[in-house]
Order: sequence, then structure tokens, then C-alpha cells
Amino acid sequence: MKPFTYERASSPVEAARIVANRPGARFLAGGTNLLDLMKIEVETPTHLVDVQDLGLDRIEETPEGGLRIGALVSNTDLAADERIRRDYAVLARAIVAGASGQLRNKASTAGNLLQRTRCPYFYDTNMACNKRSPGAGCAAIGGVTRQLGVIGVSDKCIATFPGDMPIAMRLLDAVVETVDGEGRRRSIPIAEFHRTWGDTPHVETALHPGELVTAVTLPAPLGGKHFYEKVRDRASYAFALVSVAAVIQPDGSGRVAFGGVASKPWRVEEAEALIPLGAAAVVARAFEGATPTDDNAFKLPLAMRALAFVLSQAKS
Amino acid sequence: MKFATPAGANPIDRMAIVGRAHPRIDGPLKTTGTAPYAYEHQHLESKLAYGCIVGAAVAKGRITAIRVHEARDAPGVLAIVTAQEAGKLGKGKRNTAKLLGGPEVDHYHQAIAVVVAETFEQARHAAGLVHVDYDRTEGRFDLATALEKAELAIDPNAAPAPKENRVGNFEEAFAAAAVKLDASYTTPDHSHAMMEPFASIAAWNGDELTVWTSNQMIDWGRTDLAITLGIPKEKVRLISPYVGGGFGGKLFLRADALLAALGARAAGRPVKIAMPRPLMANNTTHRPATRQRIRIGCDAGGTITAIGHESGSGDQPGGSPEAAVSQTRLLYAGANRLTTLRLAELDLPEGNAMRAPGEASGMMALEIAIDEMAEKLGMDPVAFRVKNDTPVDPEKPQRRFSERQLVRCLEEGAERFGWSRRNPRPGQVRDGRWLVGFGVAAAFRNHLDMPSGARVRLGRDGHITVETDMTDIGTGSYTIIAQTAAEMMGVPVDEVTVRLGDSAFPVSAGSGGQFGAANATAGVYAACVKLRDAVAQRLGFNSAEAVFADGRVTGGNRSAALREAAAAGELAGEDKIEFGDLSKTYQLSTFGSHFVELGVDSYTGIVRLRRMLAVCAAGRILNPVSARSQVIGAMTMGAGSALMEELAVDKRFGFFVNHDLAGYEVPVHADIPHQEVIFLEEADDKANPMKAKGVGELGLCGFGAAVANAVYNATGVRVRDYPITLDKYLDRLPPVD
Repeated sequence: MKPFTYERASSPVEAARIVANRPGARFLAGGTNLLDLMKIEVETPTHLVDVQDLGLDRIEETPEGGLRIGALVSNTDLAADERIRRDYAVLARAIVAGASGQLRNKASTAGNLLQRTRCPYFYDTNMACNKRSPGAGCAAIGGVTRQLGVIGVSDKCIATFPGDMPIAMRLLDAVVETVDGEGRRRSIPIAEFHRTWGDTPHVETALHPGELVTAVTLPAPLGGKHFYEKVRDRASYAFALVSVAAVIQPDGSGRVAFGGVASKPWRVEEAEALIPLGAAAVVARAFEGATPTDDNAFKLPLAMRALAFVLSQAKS
Repeated sequence: MKFATPAGANPIDRMAIVGRAHPRIDGPLKTTGTAPYAYEHQHLESKLAYGCIVGAAVAKGRITAIRVHEARDAPGVLAIVTAQEAGKLGKGKRNTAKLLGGPEVDHYHQAIAVVVAETFEQARHAAGLVHVDYDRTEGRFDLATALEKAELAIDPNAAPAPKENRVGNFEEAFAAAAVKLDASYTTPDHSHAMMEPFASIAAWNGDELTVWTSNQMIDWGRTDLAITLGIPKEKVRLISPYVGGGFGGKLFLRADALLAALGARAAGRPVKIAMPRPLMANNTTHRPATRQRIRIGCDAGGTITAIGHESGSGDQPGGSPEAAVSQTRLLYAGANRLTTLRLAELDLPEGNAMRAPGEASGMMALEIAIDEMAEKLGMDPVAFRVKNDTPVDPEKPQRRFSERQLVRCLEEGAERFGWSRRNPRPGQVRDGRWLVGFGVAAAFRNHLDMPSGARVRLGRDGHITVETDMTDIGTGSYTIIAQTAAEMMGVPVDEVTVRLGDSAFPVSAGSGGQFGAANATAGVYAACVKLRDAVAQRLGFNSAEAVFADGRVTGGNRSAALREAAAAGELAGEDKIEFGDLSKTYQLSTFGSHFVELGVDSYTGIVRLRRMLAVCAAGRILNPVSARSQVIGAMTMGAGSALMEELAVDKRFGFFVNHDLAGYEVPVHADIPHQEVIFLEEADDKANPMKAKGVGELGLCGFGAAVANAVYNATGVRVRDYPITLDKYLDRLPPVD
């Protein structure tokens, strides 16, 4: 771990201003990902700006009938919120499918959105990684890739976005709200928030330097039946091989998003029109252009079979 | 005490304290966080400096330069030790690869330097400032390729032995068999993944070195540390009173202890080092992967006529093979037999013992093969095993097993588990989305004799103190040793203090190979016999007739309080148990059966265990609570090896990629539902005066195969490559729509 300095900001705008103006500065929220990565020098910030006490920890109803979730609402509190459990069950289920109780107590909403990949080559600083060191190459390609991505990846990086909560937020068309050091606010649809890797896998989100996530807004509830089906090698505390978030309406229409497969929460709206045709049709469309390795090609049939289960449950 | 003839009646037979459920006496210390582990000894705190290990960034090659000036100038740095600074070091008898590499690098994350600083953070930071240039060379990282050219090897535990163990004519009998199985199986590299990392504090006092560490085998560690440092063993003291899990990873001297000693010498301060989790998988040892071929031939009635088991594994040059065929030499009858081991040289990290070395990997394969053979014969797998039971060593029929209750373990287990409800046709039982299956496997693990010493003192207050360098690695050693001394001396358990894990105490068996409990308590027994003699003599009793009970010594028509014997001064008895030829005359082994019910998700293929039963026959069970904990822990480890544990090898760069606990998955609570353990009554008088054998590894041996067989019963899909992860059979599950 590199030495670093630390301060608490007094407002979101001030926090954003400090980080924007100071090279090497980073926001610190729950720290469940950032601090671990600092210990192994994958992350080497020189200055941390703690944003935990800025009043960003409330869940409020919006005039549009949705919910505005403060960036610092803990995963535990969000999953336990009565409105979330009632109206956005897919989100509550996705959250509790992730990490452990202890981590969810500490992990924040914005931090969860911003968590970094779990690619083992990203974690090992002896290995080449275009995320850690743009242009260095990717040791994962041609290596051990069972957990890695099949779509939204590139010849520069085949890492996945590892989270669960954001898969459900993508399904729900959440909007990420931000503020910068000048006080300017932006609303970023979550579909545009996470990126595919392309030639710049070190650029993971649409955030500008120093831009601070302040909230995530959910539109009005969708109704329907909610599912979060997470497939993993052990029963708890493991990253998804594949996960399926879905909301299915009584008329058989619905939405579906996939986790554990791509650089970002993976949702292809055109594929959703095929839900009445069954899982195979949806997955074929949603994963068009997939580039799996020999080790992770199973993720495609697995995604299909997990979705097939969801659709069978939706009918029953 | 030489144990050379079967044990007769002795005071342990009363079983007033031994054999009774007693909670762990160290439990409250551990649950309150007050048991000091290696990193937590506080008394040197004011003088302590901190060490951080630098691991090699390549698997094979040569260091061309280490530039340490930036690290040396970093805040708080006191010393940096590389191989060059360390000077000439020896290599421990039980280490294959060097613990401090350089300039040659033997494997990935081999330690090449230690940085010592005032604080942990400073040491870690400075370690990142050590810049190393390598001349990376090609290495051998693929076991399958390396085995193509590998030689036959000798089972290190059976040496001297021929490289091929043959009985009759295996090839002819197999060719002539009415029903044949010829199948290949693989097991991957496994990491011990114990909870407490490798950790040590080293302090020099002149030329004397004291190391607080986390080690299973105090005398091995002490000996190898002295050899490596080139100093007399008498100058080294090892202290390891609590060990937060070892599973064989802590049988040996490791880099944390050596580098703490070198760092402390260089810094002139006591130094503590804990190995960071991401370094552990590649820096230390692991259970080596195996590639196994099993051939079984039977007559039409299901009698095995030929059994062959060949296993290959790899290791660093000078290493040893994983003895995955050892159980096949003893478990089933069969007139024609062949077992061989093959050893390839690899440049992966050092392979070595992990819980139940040999049998754990071997049983994972053999007990699938037996299941497959039973199916070919149209026999129930329990009945097939029972039919091929053998009361004698099949290679040397004049040798009987001292005790062998395999058939009872299988039959009682089948009864208790409801085995008759199993549908012998696979893929038939549905419970909603789940395909449900039952699986069975035999459990087998050899018992090992190990000399073991202890000292037992009777204080003036009547209190008993036991001292031995035996370790408690979470197994319950403190408790069963206290029970043994209490039984022998006729006092309650709370009148006994047990002091363990200090090389100042008599050398014990240590903890490994499931030999710890039986041998260490036998050593305590021997010391108690000495102390009883001293007490009897002091009090004027005939030692042979004196009865020690209820804090009193009684003989003839006379009785005296035990404490009176020490009224004029403390008494002590010190002895060790040593063994004659009984374990050569007889085969000493432990037996069991594993039964598993599980569900396989017909959609996604995920496997979820539902219930598990182990029936064990392992000599006298010294404490059913701690023994049960050992068995359910072993079953849990077996579930891990069956379903998820695998060190993934990057064959280009030569390292285990998933070197942390996020990547190397072991079972969590949610994976392990109902577990039941039954111990059959058994007292093995050929084993030792305790009439006990080991049980801590038996629970692992065969469990993985029971899971594999249950997956087959559930799905009709046979997976012969562990771990049984869904990607290996998803395409063979029933179609979904």
C-alpha cells in the first residue's frame, strides 16, 4: 500500500472539487473494494476524500412515483427497505445475492455501481493488464478465463463487471445522478453509465474526473413478477458465473438483464421482444456477437438455462 | 514405554473421562479472542519490527538485479534481506524448494527478499519499492505433458519399496475378466486455505533464537530452522500454542519463520511476519494434482479378479509423488494387482502433504471406479464393496488387519441413511427443479505410529500439569490430553493443565496424518504411568495394584489423597511411547462409509448437498465431540474438493491464478446442511495403550467420490475430473425450453 492522505469533505460539491483538482485523489465511501485494492497496490491513490458524512444516505420518493436512493445508502439498508422489497423486488434480491452480510453493511450504493472487476490478472500486479496500465497488454487473454466475459469485451480486455445490484438497476432503467466540482448536475441513464471495453478498458464508466455520484433514481414500479437468478459454484459469497435479472408481466412480456457475462450489466432491449418465444431465442439475440473462450463458452447455454428457469417460474 | 505387544487391560479402559463428550477446554479462549496466535504474542510489542515478504514475479528464471536503494530509503525501513545478504543458508530436510530464492527462482511467489520496518504499513510500502529484474526462462507447468516422460516413483511412505507393486499377473487377469472397467480420473491442485495465515515472530538473544509461530510439528520446524540457519538445534526454540488450522500446510518450516529470523538478525530487533493471503497459494505448498488410471476386472458374480491403479503427479525437482494408490493396495480383495506412482518434474510451487495425503486424492478416483464397476455388474454399490471385503492385506495375506469394520460401516450406514430408497437407475428422481441422487463411498485411511513424549507433573496442591510439544491445530488436543491425564491420575479434567506447542517440552508426535491424537495421548499415558509409579512409591503403595480415582490412591485396605504424594515436593513423570513391530505384523487402518444425498438443478446444473452421513470405525474415540468436529470438518473439506476447490494453473506463466479466497472457493455454511456422524464401538489393542487410532482425515477420504456418485445417480452424468462444476456437464443435462 502506498502512503496517502485523507480528509472528510463537507459537501458533495466540495468533495468533487477536491478530487477534480488533485491528481491521484479518490472518493472513499464504504471502502470494501477500494481499500482491498490499495493493499495490493492495484489502486494507488495519493489522497482519499471521505464522502460518508454528506447526507447522501436517504431513500426518498420522487414526484414521478419512483425512488431516489442516496449514493451512500448501504446495501443492507437498501435491500431491507420496505418500498424496495415491495415494488422493486428484483433489486432487493440482487443485493442480497451479493457479497456477505458484513460487506453489505458497509458497501454503498454508488460504490457497488463502481466496483472493479474481479479478473484475477487485474488483481495480480505481476501480470500485464490494460486496466491497470493502459497499453501494457492483457495477460488474461489466453490464460485462465472461466470467470471472464463473453460479450462487451475486446482484444484489450475480457474482464467482467462483477456486481449484482447494478444488474437489477439496469433492468429497472435506473438513472445515476452526479455532481461535479462546479456544482453542475448530470443524470446518466444506467445503460450509458457502464461501458464496453473497446480500446480503453481502463475507462470503465461515463463519469468525468472528479464527478461524484450522489444518487440513483428508480422510475415508477414496473409491477410483474421479479426474479434474480444467480448461478455460482457455491451457495453464497461467490461471484456469479451467470446471473439473470428479470421482470415478467402477466401478458408474458418482460425485461431481462444478465450479470457475470460482460463488461457491464448486459441488457439488450431488442431481445426482450423475444421473451414469448422462449429463453433460447432471447439469449441468441442478447448474446449476438459473443466471443467466448473455450473455458467460458458454457456461460451462453448457462444463461439460456437460467433464463428458462425464470420463464418457467413466471408462468407458474 | 515400548509398545510391542497388544495392550492389555489398563486404567484407560475405565472410560470414566476418556471417551466421554467434553467441550474443548481451549474453546472459551478462542471464542473470546484471548488465545494468543502466532502473530498476537504481545510481550515483545515495544521492540517489535515488522517484516514484509517480497515474492518472485516469475515462475522460473534468474534474478539479474535487485535494486533496493529506494526501499532502503523509505520511511521506517530497518533492514532488507535478500539471498545475497543472508549468506549461505542450508535447506531443511523437509523443504523441497528453497524458502529464500535468488538468484535462481524456482517457482512463482518464492520469497526473494524480506523488508523490515518500524510498522507493518512501512514494511509493506517499502516491499513494493524493491525493484527486481528477471531473466525469465521456460518452465514445465503442464502435468499431462510432463507425465508423458515421467519415471515411475516410490511411495515415500512405503519406502523401501519396489516401484511397481504387483501381485499375481494383473494384465492377464484383467484381459480375461468377464466385466472390465478402464477409466481415467483427475484431481486438481488444492490449497490448504487455512484460516490463520502463516505467521511468525522471531527474537534473537545473542546466538539463541526464539520463534513464536504457527506450526503443526514443532520438532520438525525447529530442526529445519536450525539446519537452514546453520546453527545448533539447541539454540532454537519454537513456540506454537495455538494454530488456526494447518491441514498439512504447517507441517514444515516455511518462509515466514525463516525470514522473521533473518530479518530479526539483520534489524537487531524482534520481527513479526504474517504472510499475506494472496502470497500463500504460490509461496507455500499445496496438494498436488493427480492423473489416475484405474482398471478393475471382475468375474460375472462380482468378485474382483484384477485391480490396477496408476497415478501420476508432479513436483519441484527433488520432490515426491502424491501417493494416490496407497489405499488401493489394502481396501479390496483381488488376486491380481498392480499399483504404480509416476512423478514428473514441474516448476509450479512445491507440492506436499495436505490432509490425508495419498488417500484423499486416491479415494476420490477409486471410489468412483468402484461405483462404475458396480453399475456394470448390475450390483448395488454397497453390496459390491461388501462382497470384495478382505480380512487380510491383499498383498501379504499373512497380515491381518488389527480391526476392520468396513462391512459394518457400509451396512449400518445404508440402514441409517435409508439407502434402500435409492433408485438404482440414474436420473429418475425429481423434486421440482432438482434432480435428486444418492451416493455412497467407502472411507479408508491408514493409521500411523509415531513416537511421542510428554512430561506430567503433580504439584504440591495436587494439580496435574502436562507438558508436551504436541500441537492443537483446532483438533482438540488440549482436551483429549487433559482427559487422558485425568483418567490416568484419577482427577477431574479441571484439575489438569495442559501446556502444548513449545520445543522446551518433550518431543511429541505432532499434528499430521491423523496420527496426532492417538500417539500424543499414548505418550501422555506413558508419562502418567511413570508418575503413578512415583506417586505409589512416595505413598508406599504397590504401583501395579494402586487405583487412582476421585483424587485418591487406593491399594489394599489403604487410601491416601493424591496430593499427599507431592506434599514434600513436586513429582514428575516423563516418558515417551515407542513402537515395536505390531504395525508390521498387523495392518492398522481406519474405515468408514460416506452417504450423500444431493440435488442437481436440472436447469443450471448447480449441485446442492442435502444430507450427509459418515460411519467411522477408528479405534477408541477419545472424545466424541471433538472427534465429530474433525469428521464433519473433513466432510466439509471433501465437499469442497468434490464441488469447487481447484488451484487454476496458468500454463504460460506457471502459477496458480486464483491465489486468494475470492478466487479459491471453499464451502461456506450455506453449502453444508445436515451432517451426521456415527462412531462404531472399537478398541484397537494393536495400536497403542489408548486403543485409539486417528479419525481426523478419515472423514475426508472417500467423501468426494460419494458426492460424485450421487451426482451420477441424480443425473446419469459421470464426471471423472474434479471439481464437479456445472461447466463440465451442462450439455449433458436434460434439455430445457
